[in-house]
Amino acid sequence: MPKHPSPSRPTAYVNARLLDPASGLDALGGLLVEGEKIAAIGKDLFRDGARWRVPEGAAEVDCRGLCLAPGLVDMRVLSGEPGEEHKETLDSLGHAAVAGGVTSLVCLPNTTPVIDDMSVAEFIARRARKVGMSKAYVYGAATKGAKGVELAEMGLLAEAGALAFTDGLNAVANARVMKNALAYASSFDLLIVQHAEEPALAQGGAMNAGARATRLGLSGIPAAAEAIMVERDIRLAEMTGARLHFAHVSTAESLAAIRRAKDRGLKITCDTAPPYFALTEADVGDYRTFAKLSPPLRSEDDRRAVVAALKDGTIDAVASDHIPEDEEVKRLPFPQAAFGGIGLETLLPITLELVHNRELAMLDALRLVTAAPAKLMRLAAGELAAGRPADFVLFDPERAWQVDADKLHSKSKNSPFDGRAVQGRAVATYVDGRAVFAAESDRR
Amino acid sequence: MPPAPFEGFAHRHLLGIEGLTASEIAVLLDRSESYVELNRGAAKKQATLDGRTIVNLFFESSTRTRTSFELAGKRLGADIINMSVSTSAIKKGETLIDTAMTLNAMHPDVLVLRHPDSGAARLLSDKVNCAVVNAGDGSHEHPTQALLDALTIRRRKGKLEGLRVAICGDISHSRVARSNIHLLTTMGASVRLIAPRTLVPSRVETLGAEVFHDMARGLEGCDIVMMLRLQTERMQSALFPSLREYFRFYGLDYDKLAAAKPDALIMHPGPMNRGVEIDSLVADDFGRSVIREQVEMGVAVRMAVLEILTANLARTAQKNL
Repeated sequence: MPKHPSPSRPTAYVNARLLDPASGLDALGGLLVEGEKIAAIGKDLFRDGARWRVPEGAAEVDCRGLCLAPGLVDMRVLSGEPGEEHKETLDSLGHAAVAGGVTSLVCLPNTTPVIDDMSVAEFIARRARKVGMSKAYVYGAATKGAKGVELAEMGLLAEAGALAFTDGLNAVANARVMKNALAYASSFDLLIVQHAEEPALAQGGAMNAGARATRLGLSGIPAAAEAIMVERDIRLAEMTGARLHFAHVSTAESLAAIRRAKDRGLKITCDTAPPYFALTEADVGDYRTFAKLSPPLRSEDDRRAVVAALKDGTIDAVASDHIPEDEEVKRLPFPQAAFGGIGLETLLPITLELVHNRELAMLDALRLVTAAPAKLMRLAAGELAAGRPADFVLFDPERAWQVDADKLHSKSKNSPFDGRAVQGRAVATYVDGRAVFAAESDRR
Repeated sequence: MPPAPFEGFAHRHLLGIEGLTASEIAVLLDRSESYVELNRGAAKKQATLDGRTIVNLFFESSTRTRTSFELAGKRLGADIINMSVSTSAIKKGETLIDTAMTLNAMHPDVLVLRHPDSGAARLLSDKVNCAVVNAGDGSHEHPTQALLDALTIRRRKGKLEGLRVAICGDISHSRVARSNIHLLTTMGASVRLIAPRTLVPSRVETLGAEVFHDMARGLEGCDIVMMLRLQTERMQSALFPSLREYFRFYGLDYDKLAAAKPDALIMHPGPMNRGVEIDSLVADDFGRSVIREQVEMGVAVRMAVLEILTANLARTAQKNL
């Protein structure tokens, strides 16, 4: 018996603006949930003239014209559990995810211990099921201990449920190890995800190399540290014929390299994260450690290049890059502070900024956080279709609010968007047909 | 009875030169000037800061700067506590804020902070009730050094405006360079930076200085030649091949100095590596080297800074009543 029994009655969600990037649907209509699955969806479904007529015996939920979209699929999230539960537990992570409309997330392997062993992968899946919020999946480490020396047991980890392989926060620095990881993974048709940063060039750096770092007296991480690694790995992917994905791409140069590789037909994909299209190095201000991210916030030219790459499809997906870090490691002088920011609850509103700024159409923006990452991770998610799990989010694209880190559900409060005025918010989130989140003002 | 507040310099802390206006800098320099004579006289002590407590909080060893602040505070009648924190302790992370909170509970009036990380003084200033003086934070700023340099120059040249100043050496890691660039450009001087490319930070020209990699060209027509200390420990990271080679191309000797104006002043924040960034003969050329005078001006500048910030603190406190 499942932990959370599904509603005994079918439920009809009517009067919703249905948004399904996978099928291109954008219309007023209804959705019928039976058990844990979507039973029917369609324009004007249950509509009878000016009224909505739901099937006999079904419960009716009037969505009042709110957007109903597939639950977000977040392909880059770090859990503090196991190992650093004071930063984030799978419980707080699950609650933060559904508060942001995220119904599936993929955990990075950089836990303690590292996910390079089947038991850790299984522990996370089991704990996440018990929490019963967002569905949690895992990456396996590409190398043992994510140390970049010996290959991890990718085949066995894949059998235990790992969706793809990466050393997560660490780049696989050694070219020979990376080549072997790509070659080995390709024999199982597994995806390798790289944090592209040449470590020797980035060593000791605290923020993007440039005028601001110089003014603040901080050592810089040059944009070339990313591009050099991207160019190298494209060569290695070409040598091995492997599927390679670059995480959180942040510079104009590396995007240009990826665009060229895609044009040549290589199996290269990439994602970016909201800070890289919504913030710049100027947001470091006077040593704001919440803006100390990896890769670092870049220049305005780089930010524009990221937006352009989101428009032209060079960037395949957007992930939150949720890295919880507590005060202990953030409230320090900038060079000592940890890298990383939380992002689950700002993923939707910051992505919607692209729509409000008329840079992307609504369905194109949503595709980046639903169907596209689901496809990359080969997950049955991110889509509204009969027979699919009933994972969806109701959101108000116009609702204006101000990000207040203290009010977010994550255990750590290190949001680079703290204080930002945003527009668009998840109102209710459903996983397998169950309501797992309702925004406070809507509970009344 | 608190001293009268200083109109013209309203800041609570001195965290850096960046952001100060020319008139605010002038207020600090003018006040410093008045202490030069006091320090040269026999009776050096005043009661201006009687009853005040100043804490020198040094996370990096620096005998000169610490002594200079200590002397400045004592000459104004303040009580001074010196605290040195070893660098191994700060690696544990929380020491700066923890130490600051502990000290804050003892109600000092001024905290003088030296710290190896850029931004540390600003972080501290958010957490304490007293005034904070940045005595050097990482590679960011060292405002009292720039002020004492400016005072030295102004007394010798009668002005700062219109002068051409060369700053030579490890610009990348130098807080002295950054503070001096801000101060000198704000006061209307032009600044040239001279160093090999490996010691020049990215886009430094945006700070308003011109960059040269050739000493002779860079020094051409300069009124002031300011040498920076070369941190020999940075040899490890392959920023230049050898000390011998460095001295050959970037060390100040009479040959290279010939490109500057004949009456150009030679400055150095100390301590000097003789034969590395500066030739001993040049360093000891009493006609042109003002290195010892810089040390003297340091005490006067720090007296002025302590006095002004304490006065402003009294004013803030009165406002809060």
